[in-house]
Amino acid sequence: MVKVLFFASLRARLGTAEHRLENFSGSVAELRNRLGELFPDWQAPLQAVDIQAAVNQEMAAATTQIGDGDEVAFFPPVTGG
Amino acid sequence: MDFIEVRTAPFAVADEYAALRAGNRSDGASAMFVGSVRDFNAGAGVSGLALEHYPGMTEKSLQRIVEDARARWELGRVRLLHRVGAMAVEEDIVFVGVTSPHRQAAFAACQYIMDRLKTEAPFWKLESGEAGDSWVEARDSDQRELEKWA
Repeated sequence: MVKVLFFASLRARLGTAEHRLENFSGSVAELRNRLGELFPDWQAPLQAVDIQAAVNQEMAAATTQIGDGDEVAFFPPVTGG
Repeated sequence: MDFIEVRTAPFAVADEYAALRAGNRSDGASAMFVGSVRDFNAGAGVSGLALEHYPGMTEKSLQRIVEDARARWELGRVRLLHRVGAMAVEEDIVFVGVTSPHRQAAFAACQYIMDRLKTEAPFWKLESGEAGDSWVEARDSDQRELEKWA
């Protein structure tokens, strides 16, 4: 199971903060595609160029590999401080 | 000695300065930065904001930033506090305080920590006002500020 979290404006657009996905292994880019296939409404917001990803709470690249037990987060550019 | 905290409650700058200085005989320099809620829309009736973060990743991110600052400069104490949740305009959001034997190191480390925090610590601001709620957009200038430390 892969735990997928969404934050800020992306969470608001998708209408959910968390999704659990069974039987996934692949890259961050592949996870984005899979979620877009499962939920067509999510495709555009998830594919937006400025959306970033973290895997196990570390910033990740499109090629970062994900497997069972991992925590993945998608979010817009940060605006703290 | 590092103190890093993500909190909802307000902080008192005087207390933070006292914690940087109490019993600190080795560092003659202290530099501090405080970031406060401002009216982003310049008069468009912004009443406050809600600050969201990614619990777990936020703390790791802040710790790494402070570690990297320590690797660059000779620092004594570092205190980094960031608030989350609801805040009104004029309330303080973030505090960075560092001590060092040398003022150049204190100034630089304080700025470095904020430049890194602005571009990589997972916090997001939702501004509220008369026109409703809107997510604050990241600024390219923050990314450019970071380049001077490369």
